[in-house]
Amino acid sequence: MDLTINGVTQRVEVEPDTPLLWVLRDTLGMTGTKYGCGAAQCGACTVLVDGQAIRSCVTPVENVANAAIHTIEAVEADPVGRKVVAAWVEQQVPQCGYCQSGQVLTATALLKQTPNPTDGDIAAAMVNLCRCGTYEAIATAVRKAAGA
Amino acid sequence: MTDTEHSPALATPLRRPFNLSRRGFLGGALGALVLGVTLPGGPLRAQGAAAAVTPGTRVRAFLDIRPDGTVLFRSPFIEGGQGIFTAMAQIVGEELDSDPARFQVEGAPPGPDYGLIGGMRFTGGSMSVRMSYETMRKLGASARAMLLQAAAARLTVPVATLTTEPGRVVHAASGRTLTYGDLASAAAALPVPRDPPLKAPADFRWIGKPVPRIDVRDKATGRARYTIDLTVDGMLHAAVQHAPRLGMEPGLMANEAEVRRMPGVHSVHTLPGAVAVVASSWWRARRAVESLSVSWMEAKPGTARTMPADFSSDGHRARLMAASGDGVAYESDGDVAAGLRGAARVVEATYDAPHLAHGQLEPPSALARWNANGTLELWCPNQAPEMFQTAAASVAGIAPDKVILHSPMLGGFFGRHFLYETANPFPQAIRLSKAVGRPIKVIWSREEEFLRDALRPMGVARFRAGLDAHGLPVALNAVAVGEGATGRWYGRQPNAVDSSAVEGIAGKPYAIPNRRVGQIHIDDPAIIGFWRSVGHSMNDFFYETFFDEMADAGGQDPYELRRRLLANSPRHRILLEAVADLAGGWRRGPYTHADGSRRARGVAMASPFGSEVATMAELSLRDRTVQVHHLWVAVDPGSVVNPAIVAAQIRSAAALGLSATLVEGVVYSAGAPQARNFDAYPVLPPDRMARVHVRIVESGAKMGGIGEPGLPGVPPAVVNALASLTGQRVRSLPLSRAGFV
Repeated sequence: MDLTINGVTQRVEVEPDTPLLWVLRDTLGMTGTKYGCGAAQCGACTVLVDGQAIRSCVTPVENVANAAIHTIEAVEADPVGRKVVAAWVEQQVPQCGYCQSGQVLTATALLKQTPNPTDGDIAAAMVNLCRCGTYEAIATAVRKAAGA
Repeated sequence: MTDTEHSPALATPLRRPFNLSRRGFLGGALGALVLGVTLPGGPLRAQGAAAAVTPGTRVRAFLDIRPDGTVLFRSPFIEGGQGIFTAMAQIVGEELDSDPARFQVEGAPPGPDYGLIGGMRFTGGSMSVRMSYETMRKLGASARAMLLQAAAARLTVPVATLTTEPGRVVHAASGRTLTYGDLASAAAALPVPRDPPLKAPADFRWIGKPVPRIDVRDKATGRARYTIDLTVDGMLHAAVQHAPRLGMEPGLMANEAEVRRMPGVHSVHTLPGAVAVVASSWWRARRAVESLSVSWMEAKPGTARTMPADFSSDGHRARLMAASGDGVAYESDGDVAAGLRGAARVVEATYDAPHLAHGQLEPPSALARWNANGTLELWCPNQAPEMFQTAAASVAGIAPDKVILHSPMLGGFFGRHFLYETANPFPQAIRLSKAVGRPIKVIWSREEEFLRDALRPMGVARFRAGLDAHGLPVALNAVAVGEGATGRWYGRQPNAVDSSAVEGIAGKPYAIPNRRVGQIHIDDPAIIGFWRSVGHSMNDFFYETFFDEMADAGGQDPYELRRRLLANSPRHRILLEAVADLAGGWRRGPYTHADGSRRARGVAMASPFGSEVATMAELSLRDRTVQVHHLWVAVDPGSVVNPAIVAAQIRSAAALGLSATLVEGVVYSAGAPQARNFDAYPVLPPDRMARVHVRIVESGAKMGGIGEPGLPGVPPAVVNALASLTGQRVRSLPLSRAGFV
């Protein structure tokens, strides 16, 4: 089947119910998207599908065959994504960093849909787990990116 | 970071880091730890053979300065979020006179140069900076001296006429400069000077400053690579299904032929305590291995570390609670029996804390490749490269020097990646790679990780305190019941107390004249390990919460009683007052906050890993949901290298402490963990996070640790606040088990 990832369409030969996560990581070698739980609990695997943040670990690849998929590898090609990354660096958000691909893309999706989010909007959108507990820095960075 | 205060006020010069004789992470077990890794075949045959090497002195083992002036630094310590790569770049860069931002840092390979923890090497115990600070400064200074020497030869001027600016040598008299990149190869050929002069702290350009971390951009853009992300040519993927209970072995696989025919499957294997499928992608391997219907055979009698079929958390807790007696003495002062006899009033309570999972977000993995020359190349998450190298060699049946070990960045660790026998996937990768003749990467699913993690031990503590007629404590008898992680892995002496089982009950600074801390050892049937702040993660909760019970029984304010009992311990008293100041003053409550909520505060002290910490919490209840609004943490680590990273680590540790207080606990029933993913084992989500305010106090005392000390004060400060608010004493964690949400 054909997948359009970061603007490039490529053909993959996989079982149609394979989670998008593993097509990205193992078939295409795009390892910026992380496996954390495999059960849509943690959000480390978040990617954008038609602009929406989704959990790629439970998304069968056949469901996104005709969609525009964006991953962390291309986040800075997007002007909002670029602002988010800049805010992440400025706020020194990451610690171990493992969840941060998903956090950055979740923030990017939020700001693309809601450029000036309230604290409530941020709390409602930024629900991914971070075992290092960088939650305060994440919320601050989202606010900074919105204001940038 | 507006919520961080940094007061390097006391301009005491930085002092020598600790030597290993002090109490702390290794405590009394250090001898055992050293012994444990120098057993025949242990790593440190390799180090013995290279006995001439003084760790931390051979510049070329650590530093490559490239022609463009960037610096590759091989770090003795592994980065897993704690910021150690940046700290190393700051410390070495300071004396080398090279901007930390120009450093690229990677985990060093195994070798005798990197044993900077008393001759050993691991990343843990909040030891990295404090144990290596002077050595790494000298290393940077040595490299700078070599560059100066090389420049003197190149310019044919006396070395004394040369100075440096970041990244270059300057001959001021002639205005000539040479970059470090130009000089690097000539400098590398020179002898390493023995005792290079070090900078005066007043001249520091980077040490003590909130230098940006060198890894944040890669981590914000998905470019950071962890073990789980690595691939090599010809590699296949493997997934495993472990025995439901440790010690059981795989028998018949009824549908093996069917599973072999599943898409992408290369082969099906049995391993010690597990079955595995090798396939063309990990998803295919996982799907296949979870389809295998395996007959698991009970462990043979006498097998070590089997998980009993009837093991349950409730049963083990009851067993710990039922242990009687005062145990083996670890710390005593005065006459506790007499103190209790003479007391006007006696207060007693028993506390407990559950097993905890690490829950680091990167599931464990390992990549093994056998090379044509007989070497084994291994990439795996680890906090102790030489120990892993030795263990890998033993599994592979080759000499340790034939194992090329790579130690990638860790996607969180919190103590998860020590050598824990059954809790590390690298032996599986080695065996599978050997069996199929191709490189293999094994990944444990989150469910397999919950089944085989090395847990924070379960613990119980019993306290008995005597109060005098004025309500002041005059005697305290404490007994810790359970097993410590250090004793489990590095040798427990019969009739000696493993310090990791009592730290945080012992070592408290309060002036109580008659004290005894004892320990009753009871084997923990689970595989236990180190979990951020180790024994302190529960013991300070036990002690500091009981402290409030003593205060209440004696009609004392818990903050004022702490101040009073710290009257002769100025470092602690100053820190306690600092946290109150940071919180806008001590008020226990309950009181009504401006938003209408009823709130209360709790306070706790802790002395973990060479640092001192005072913590306050403010919370309210909404129905039965505990809302921790603020955590204020004053930390005195003596002196700091990077105040921004220190504050980030305090926040991170506070988050983990809050998680353990509110929601975490591994529950076993019938020999099996009931939670196999984050749906049933909740960890702190963003909406439960408190605002954490940090004040760093640099007292100038010996440098202490940073990665763990922010944790131990949080559970007692929160639970004390909850008692102030509700009048209910919770003596068992997490709060979710006590009817709170």
